[in-house]
Amino acid sequence: MSVLVDKNTRLLIQGITGQAGSFHAKQMIEYGTNVVAGVTPGKGGEKFESKVPMFDTVAQAVKHTGANATVIYVPPPFAADAIMEAAEAKVPLIVCITEGIPILDMVRVKRAITDMPVRLIGPNCPGIITPGQCKIGIMPGFIHKPGRIAVVSRSGTLTYEAVYQLSQLGLGQSTCIGIGGDPVNGTNFVDCLKLFNDDPDTDGVIMIGEIGGSAELQGAQWAKANMKKPIAGFIAGATAPPGKRMGHAGAIISGGEDTAEGKFAAMEAAGIMTTRDPSKLAVTLQKAMKRG
Amino acid sequence: MKIHEFQGKELFRKFGIPVPKGAAAKTPEEAQRIASELGGKVVVKSQIHAGGRGKGTLIEKPDVRGVKVVSTPQEAAEYTKALLGNHLRTKQTGPEGQKVKQVLVEQASEIAKELYVAVVLDRDSSRVTLIASTEGGMDIEEVAEKTPEKILKQSIEPATGMMPFAGRKLAYQLGMTGDTAKQAASIFGKLYDTFIGTDASMVEVNPLIITKSGDVMALDAKLNFDENALFRHKEVASLRDIDEEDPKERDAKDANLSYVALDGSIGCLVNGAGLAMATMDIIKYAGGSPANFLDVGGGATAAQVTTAFKIILADKNVKAILVNIFGGIAKCDVIAEGIVTAAKQVGLKLPLVVRLEGTNVELGKKILAESGLAITPANDMLDAATKAVAAAGGKK
Repeated sequence: MSVLVDKNTRLLIQGITGQAGSFHAKQMIEYGTNVVAGVTPGKGGEKFESKVPMFDTVAQAVKHTGANATVIYVPPPFAADAIMEAAEAKVPLIVCITEGIPILDMVRVKRAITDMPVRLIGPNCPGIITPGQCKIGIMPGFIHKPGRIAVVSRSGTLTYEAVYQLSQLGLGQSTCIGIGGDPVNGTNFVDCLKLFNDDPDTDGVIMIGEIGGSAELQGAQWAKANMKKPIAGFIAGATAPPGKRMGHAGAIISGGEDTAEGKFAAMEAAGIMTTRDPSKLAVTLQKAMKRG
Repeated sequence: MKIHEFQGKELFRKFGIPVPKGAAAKTPEEAQRIASELGGKVVVKSQIHAGGRGKGTLIEKPDVRGVKVVSTPQEAAEYTKALLGNHLRTKQTGPEGQKVKQVLVEQASEIAKELYVAVVLDRDSSRVTLIASTEGGMDIEEVAEKTPEKILKQSIEPATGMMPFAGRKLAYQLGMTGDTAKQAASIFGKLYDTFIGTDASMVEVNPLIITKSGDVMALDAKLNFDENALFRHKEVASLRDIDEEDPKERDAKDANLSYVALDGSIGCLVNGAGLAMATMDIIKYAGGSPANFLDVGGGATAAQVTTAFKIILADKNVKAILVNIFGGIAKCDVIAEGIVTAAKQVGLKLPLVVRLEGTNVELGKKILAESGLAITPANDMLDAATKAVAAAGGKK
């Protein structure tokens, strides 16, 4: 078991013939992900790498291949359109990798999919992986090991850092989810913690947040009331000055509790074991698990 | 992206929001001409990309403030002359201030009441939200902290956009009546239209005034735009004033790097925003202080790494450089080659600590070891930070 994706996931790739899309399509296929279809308007009927059937629309791809997840690599101006096309075709899991989507596009998309039977992960995220079964996104597959620790994070490379530390300690991962660095995103910490809490094959969680917004505070509050499993936490950006955007559109301190200190404090109040040393993410989780 | 107040007011005019009559001037003569055309009392306002101009003072002439009401065109010219070319320091500029290159000369208003209104993105609800307060002209963060009940919020349903009732509701909640309330409600709607129509990330009016004759007008205009949406707003993109940007941040932006200058001594070069922040944090944790945030992104090229080094080295406070790369898409060997090329090209003399991990890491380490450069390798982030802190002169 794991959450959201496993060996039964049938993946569709939107933007499979683009530069990023084709590169990562090959990487995902090589990892063993069951890539069943690609969508690029105008390429319907052709095959990607002479293997994967391509379609003009998401609806056709779903109808003919039974795809139950999609990953989006289309450029920012067209990403909202791609998400909505997947949502309309009722693809249950939509993972959007694209960075740089206009915020107002995401405001509209988020409102529109609220009542639809779909889950959006991202945008501006590395994706989701259940090691050994299914990799959807851009993360380096080889650093992961199958196991029982879950990771949820707003950042890409910092997630890889956590995963690498876990694997070095011999702690494999159940599922790792990058929820993305944008101010408006589909899936948040609370959603992921709920999933991990209910997953019988997850024993502990590393939760990595950033400055800006309040998703970490909500996650911590939910964990305090509901979480039965140990969590280790880190917030990036303790040294970031207010009012400056630190790379990610969402990583900006705008006053109040959205500082790293505010979020560390909320985590600690929720019983999450934190570390100020990001080279000790996995070790901290180990301690949290011993504490129980 | 930020713009100047006079540009913001031009945009407001296009969207039908009333603002005082006026225009921008780059010379005292221009200021004099504008003032005489307007007639009567005028306000001369320094145009820099920072707030707090009214209370701010010139570094060169500490008795001169950034904004002044004057009575004659002659006075407008004199005041403009005093401002131009000097550096205005406000609460938001930092100690070095910002150079005043132009002023806005506009008609002085008869103020009966000052209000606050802004359109922002509320991240918790993922919706555009109007914020308003009767406490105009004040520091709104302070109002929110001390008297939160004086902050009114109106969340906007994305499917319908802002309906007229939302504007009316806010106007009446702010205590307005009659025609004044109608004018304000209409302005609130147009501010929302401006936000949506330009893909702004913030539209703030502080103060929005009620004049002695009961008219409502935007006395200030502070706009911020979503840089990811500039591709569909060429007219907004053309308002960019690169002189107002930190030259290092500007060069970084042009090379598709994300850079923020800080005041420490250890330059950082990292891939990924979260890891870049974490690298700054661990430098502090190890007892040092980071000189910058610098994210070279997921698919860093050798050319980008070279530019990144040049930007870091342009900061004279930098005593050591820490490179922290977790190779995912970016392969360690490619990054290592970039580091070697860059270090040779710029004639790097500062201590360089490098931590590589991920895709092709062994190949990357080999390239660094065989480069002949004095590179200190590090095993993990803490090791890297500790070595960089020592190289930069030890703990503070």
